Amino acid sequence: MPYLGSEDVVKELKKALCNPHVQADRLRYRNVIQRVIRMSKLDQWGQAEVLNFLLRYQPRSEEELFDILNLLDSFLKSSSPSVVMGAAKLFLILAEKFPHVQTDVLMQVKGPLLAACSSESRELCFAALCHVRQILHSLPGHFSSHYKKFFCSYSEPHYIKLQKVEVLCELVNDENVQQVLEELRGYCTDVSADFAQAAIFAIGGIARTYTDQCVQILTELLELRQEHITTVVVQTFRDLVWLCPQCTEAVCQALPGCEENIQDSEGKQALIWLLGVHGERIPSAPYVLEDFVENVKAEAFPAVKMELLTALLRLFLSRPAECQDTLGRLLHYCVEEEKDMAVRDRGLFYYRLLLAGVDGVKRILCSPKSDPSLGLLEDQAERPVNSWASDFNTLVPVYGKARWATISKCQGPERRGLELPNTASFAASGPLIPEEDKERVQESSGSGVLMLVPNLQLTAECFEKAWLSLQVAHQQALPWQGAVHPDTLQMALQVVHIQTIAVSRAGAQPWKAYLSAQDDAGCLFLMELLWEPGNSAVQISVKQSEPRPEALSSFMSVLETVIGTIGDIKL
Amino acid sequence: MISQFFILSSKGDPLIYKDFRGDSGGRDVAELFYRKLMGLPGEESPVVMHHDDRHFIHIRHSGLYLVATTSENISPFSLLELLSRLATLLGDYCGSLGEGTISRNVALVYELLDEVLDYGYVQTTSTEMLRNFIQTEAVVSKPFSLFDLSSVGLFGAETQQSKVAPSSAASRPVLSSRSDPSQKNEVFLDVVERLSVLIASNGSLLKVDVQGEIRLKSFLPSGSEMRIGLTEEFCVGKSELRGYGPGIRVDEVSFHSSVQLDEFESHRILRLQPPQGELTVMRYQLSDDLPSPLPFRLFPSVQWDRGSGRLQVYLKLRCDLPPKSQALNIRLHLPLPRGVVSLSQELSSPEQKAELCDGALRWDLPRVQGGSQLSGLFQMEVPGLPGPPGQGQSTSAPPLGLGPASLSFELPRHTCSGLQVRFLRLAFRHCSNANPHKWVRHLSHSDAYVIRI
Repeated sequence: MPYLGSEDVVKELKKALCNPHVQADRLRYRNVIQRVIRMSKLDQWGQAEVLNFLLRYQPRSEEELFDILNLLDSFLKSSSPSVVMGAAKLFLILAEKFPHVQTDVLMQVKGPLLAACSSESRELCFAALCHVRQILHSLPGHFSSHYKKFFCSYSEPHYIKLQKVEVLCELVNDENVQQVLEELRGYCTDVSADFAQAAIFAIGGIARTYTDQCVQILTELLELRQEHITTVVVQTFRDLVWLCPQCTEAVCQALPGCEENIQDSEGKQALIWLLGVHGERIPSAPYVLEDFVENVKAEAFPAVKMELLTALLRLFLSRPAECQDTLGRLLHYCVEEEKDMAVRDRGLFYYRLLLAGVDGVKRILCSPKSDPSLGLLEDQAERPVNSWASDFNTLVPVYGKARWATISKCQGPERRGLELPNTASFAASGPLIPEEDKERVQESSGSGVLMLVPNLQLTAECFEKAWLSLQVAHQQALPWQGAVHPDTLQMALQVVHIQTIAVSRAGAQPWKAYLSAQDDAGCLFLMELLWEPGNSAVQISVKQSEPRPEALSSFMSVLETVIGTIGDIKL
Repeated sequence: MISQFFILSSKGDPLIYKDFRGDSGGRDVAELFYRKLMGLPGEESPVVMHHDDRHFIHIRHSGLYLVATTSENISPFSLLELLSRLATLLGDYCGSLGEGTISRNVALVYELLDEVLDYGYVQTTSTEMLRNFIQTEAVVSKPFSLFDLSSVGLFGAETQQSKVAPSSAASRPVLSSRSDPSQKNEVFLDVVERLSVLIASNGSLLKVDVQGEIRLKSFLPSGSEMRIGLTEEFCVGKSELRGYGPGIRVDEVSFHSSVQLDEFESHRILRLQPPQGELTVMRYQLSDDLPSPLPFRLFPSVQWDRGSGRLQVYLKLRCDLPPKSQALNIRLHLPLPRGVVSLSQELSSPEQKAELCDGALRWDLPRVQGGSQLSGLFQMEVPGLPGPPGQGQSTSAPPLGLGPASLSFELPRHTCSGLQVRFLRLAFRHCSNANPHKWVRHLSHSDAYVIRI
């Protein structure tokens, strides 16, 4: 049982959560919640627990919401990081309709988060960095002025350095881009190859917005002729050229000479792709590809061979004289001697394509490509805070969304077995909405209270008998645009479980429809819709088998909604 | 909350294992954790790991792994705070936290865990409340001897400079109920600052960051009121101004929840009634605007002959502290390019030492007086070293892999921000048997002092 400081506290909380009498009395309920919040005797663990409980409480009105926020304001300034984060999460969730309050909270939490990022404890530092990244998804400019705090230190463990580099990549803006790029450039020559490669990819990420400076830095890095650097730079160029076509020229000038320094599969593929697509601008392209073809027998990676085929074919279309011989040799090798079936198939396909005529090949391979910048815009759209507010201060940001998805998938089937022991603790009791409000919530959502029986099969004779025996309970006129196709009407009514007994065909004068429905208490509703051409409204008469006004009114609201929707649909 | 809690030594031997929920399913969870930790790929973080249906979260403290497992999705901050607090608590009760002390005090540790956590929920971590329940005594190792001076520990273990015999406070359990009248009634106040600096290759200062803490370790009976007075000109934030002159400024400050701040505004006095044990009274940080000059500047010059593969590095280290102060245990760590074969050195004084270690140069200077300059000339053979092309055969551009120099040092009796504790007064207690001893110490040490070549 959570121990929140004293026996009284536990009693109060139990009362608040379990006793239906307290829940029914609005005033006493609110007082109990407030008393719980006001308790100063709680230590940091108690405070964190209270904040956790309050996550499930939905305040009834705006003033109550702000009341709670005021009371909890001091928690945001606590010296314990778990209390501050718990309070921040609660505020973010309670204020989901008030984005400016959320931004305010994130401002207040900036100080403690930055202090945690420079903490002595590596683990706390890591957890804080993950949350900083989470916030940056929604507010990219939030930490831009504090970029210096995210510079990596030599002695930090690798996982922290990687997180900091990601953060640096995301908080770049016009003012700090120069310094951040300087810093990242320093990391690119780091002793650790993994870290250097991560830094280069980060520069590639920044290059989408600040293309010129980044391309220059990357070109300089190529001059170092270091294998692990060159391969990643070429891969970054390949991605960049696709997204920012304006840097193609600079890239093409930097490429010659790289082929000597690349040994790994990814790098080779990237280089070959670039040579194939932009080979017209690179004078030495055919000769580089020729080198690759000479050594194709010794090439260990099938992916490289596939890329080579496509690239050489592309280059052949723009520079036929230089590539014809090479292409021929490559195709001969792939078709006759290659053991990997995928490569062989592709070679065969290209050969047959060429047999069909060069013009056909040109049409296929050089057709206009999709605009990559469109996809990029969607990708980078800022996600609203509400999409991740419930994940804040949990383990989700620490793992990262992708990993968490795989974890929860394999956790899913096992968890059901473990659910049972937890129901005993009152931590698992249901939401803290008091009884009265449940009804109000349900009413406003429409036909929730009134449950209409689906698949009602009322025959025409029964309908007629019932209709003639009952009195009209309610009459109403609703705006109506014009004749409606009977099928449309029938389908729309079916959705809300109203059965159509008979409908005049479209265009009949006067146009009538007879409908019936039954609710779960057994009360039958019978309706007649009457529309005279020239009227702008349809007359509805409703008859009820049992006199029940509240059921009638909710039924009418359902009917109005449906009629309103159908009425908007033209024939 | 927590399902299991265990402590492993640095080699993975379980020292303590406590299961709160009984849902380990018969598996050896500690073994599972250690294997997973050792087998983790480089870029994944070991802080939170997942296996089967449980999450493992751990901290490393004094070479030990303190691990908690949970199957729910709870706040990482509260778990990490709990683990740190447990580490401090165990240190308070057993004297210090280490493999030896834990194995000697297993019963005490289990008793503590029983009281602190119930069914995985935190009951209390306050030393006040726990005193009433803990019966076991801590087993202390042999008394401190002058011959085994360890490296700088906090709370009294002074360096060779002090003529007073080092107190055993660093390793004495705080909360033992054995009343030893001569050893009681001490209180230690440490102002510790961590300095992080980044200097670019052209000598300009890229980043400077000071993180400071005022830590209190009290052996006094709980409830004795004490007042700590800080420098009166101490300002918080950029706009405040007190006293004459620039004053002592920090950017942000945060206090422990038990500190009373009514006299802070006027006289910069903190009032509190600390429980026994360790407590961080105040935390502050300062960036970008140090009042005093940086303690060390390095002037490197590199000469590299590509033809013969000889690399010559001349390092001049200048200490800019005031002449009366000194820095201790300075170590300069300079990563070298791959393939360094030999090292010859000329150092300016005999007590320095330099050696090749793990592909890096390590230069040890035990003591540097303020205002002095030390230099070292290092020559290495590096055959076949790549570097920036287009340079001539002999060049002064640094080769690839000659990494940033990092310095580690301690500055006793010095605070980089200038903050000083003026006084530490204890309220008069009628029944104290001896005058309580008060030790106040200021110390700065480097966190990450990096100078790029």
